[in-house]
Amino acid sequence: MKEGYELIYKRPESLLQTRMHYCPGCFHSTTHKILMEVVDELGIKEKTVGVCPVGCSVFAYDYLDVDMQEAAHGRAAAVATGIKRILPDRVVFSYQGDGDLAAIGTAETLHACNRGENFTFIFINNGIYGMTGGQMAPTTLEGQKTSTSPYGRDPEKVGLPLKMCEIVSQFKRVAFVQRVSFNTPANARKAKKAIKTAFEIQMKKLGTTFIEVASNCPSQWKCTPEESLDWLTNHVFPYYPLGVFKEPPKTKE
Amino acid sequence: MVETKLMKGNEALAEAAIRSGLQAYFGYPITPQSEVIEYLAREEPKYNYVLLQAESEVAAVNMLYGSGGAGGRVMTTTSSPGFSLMQEGISYIACAEIPCVFANIVRGGPGLGTIQPSQSDYNQATKGGGHGDYNIIVLVPNSVQEMVDHCRLAFELADKYRTPAMLLSDGAIGQMMEKVNLPEPIEYKPNKPWATTGKTPDRERNILTSLYIKSETMEEKNKILQEKYKQIIANEIRFDEYKTDDAEIIITSFGLTSRIAKKTVDIGREEGMKLGLFRPITVWPFPTKALAEIASRPQVKFFISVEMNAGQMVEDVKLAVCGQKSVHFYGRMGGIVPTPDEILDVIKEKEAGRD
Repeated sequence: MKEGYELIYKRPESLLQTRMHYCPGCFHSTTHKILMEVVDELGIKEKTVGVCPVGCSVFAYDYLDVDMQEAAHGRAAAVATGIKRILPDRVVFSYQGDGDLAAIGTAETLHACNRGENFTFIFINNGIYGMTGGQMAPTTLEGQKTSTSPYGRDPEKVGLPLKMCEIVSQFKRVAFVQRVSFNTPANARKAKKAIKTAFEIQMKKLGTTFIEVASNCPSQWKCTPEESLDWLTNHVFPYYPLGVFKEPPKTKE
Repeated sequence: MVETKLMKGNEALAEAAIRSGLQAYFGYPITPQSEVIEYLAREEPKYNYVLLQAESEVAAVNMLYGSGGAGGRVMTTTSSPGFSLMQEGISYIACAEIPCVFANIVRGGPGLGTIQPSQSDYNQATKGGGHGDYNIIVLVPNSVQEMVDHCRLAFELADKYRTPAMLLSDGAIGQMMEKVNLPEPIEYKPNKPWATTGKTPDRERNILTSLYIKSETMEEKNKILQEKYKQIIANEIRFDEYKTDDAEIIITSFGLTSRIAKKTVDIGREEGMKLGLFRPITVWPFPTKALAEIASRPQVKFFISVEMNAGQMVEDVKLAVCGQKSVHFYGRMGGIVPTPDEILDVIKEKEAGRD
């Protein structure tokens, strides 16, 4: 450190120095960084075990310097259940996209939540299948065009986009549910606080914790990163409002 | 000290798992094997294993992946339709090299089929079952005692080779009661430095994955797996022979039907027919060399494979015999168990038709 300078920001220690494969402007890389900042700040690197999905974040274990398991498509919640049940004192998270968590893996997601499995879901909802080339997701908005809904999502045909935070907050044994985003620095700070809170609640063994990131996909939304932020504000947030859906009852300090 | 009890096959399997140091069981009820999870649920308060009734066989196999990957001694049991549902997960487990034990208490199929015993999942068990190039160790018990013995052995082999191992049993052995000697419980101390238990400063992070996106690394991974399978073939083939030394007709049979065929050998010998029985105990790896040697004996006239399916193991028998002698087949399907006399009649027909 140069004399007279103060270090106020650095790469989180648990984020590996590797070039990421994510597209420019994508929130995956930001989410990875924030997630590892939280791991570092809580000092839980040695007891953290992650599960990555099938989807764009299938390679998440290439970037996160923690033990990880790669799950079959949709099964991250079952894999995380298996890990957490046998290692109850570890901090376990699943990192899943919308196809993984809310389409092919809906059963595993809902049952893990209903059992109150004591791990944290990091749910990246960008309303599209990024990795396979821009097909419709269970969370694609009404009228939104994708390669498998080229004339716009038609609810008459395929139903309306699933609201996972709203669904899982109904379960009694789910302790904490929040939808966050990274479209502004202010929201990024809130997102970080949410992930930290989720891990803290997990460590107190209070039940399932569920963080949904209202995310973007400039490449498959066919827009610039900047335009993707406008799409979030104008179309995504009105249907998928940010905020806390459920939290443990406040205890007096 | 060995404890002797009268037990149902499924319950003996559950007890054997506990005595082998079971740390986690995930499963979904399905007839004719639900006694396994019921037994473990009853015994749970006495031990500290994890027991969870999953929402499906799909979830169960993936819980097994997670738990086994975190270093646990883990098992699931199911029956045919459930085992089909688990195949995707087993393919991932084989590639990620996670030790897990499975038992398929087979019932008749295809489809929803019947809850009666069958051997029609032989191909699924021995040829991989899921997608990709892999094999899993398949042990075939033919008694309640072997449900116990093979359970312990499956755990040991799974750990030794970091691979899935399974018991291919059937609804009759799962449901019937026999005298069984239960082994002394062991205290299981896992040594799994590859397990995802949390990255400590003294090691690199542990990653369990079946994803190798580059063709070169995927081929390399496949070569590693194939090399392991060669080791298993070299070291772990098990089989049993009954009166084969001077036999002219060799019955090949596995599991339940091998016990019936043994009776056929005795009845046939009383009538002066020189019958013998060859029973694979591991059907993968298959005792190819041993069978080939028997086929080369001058006095051996022909083989007949007796199975409760439409003819599955007979293909492996033919590959082993490799044209040296003719190989016949007799099978019953749909949960029907052949009788010793019925098998003998078929052998007599084949014998008469030969000349």
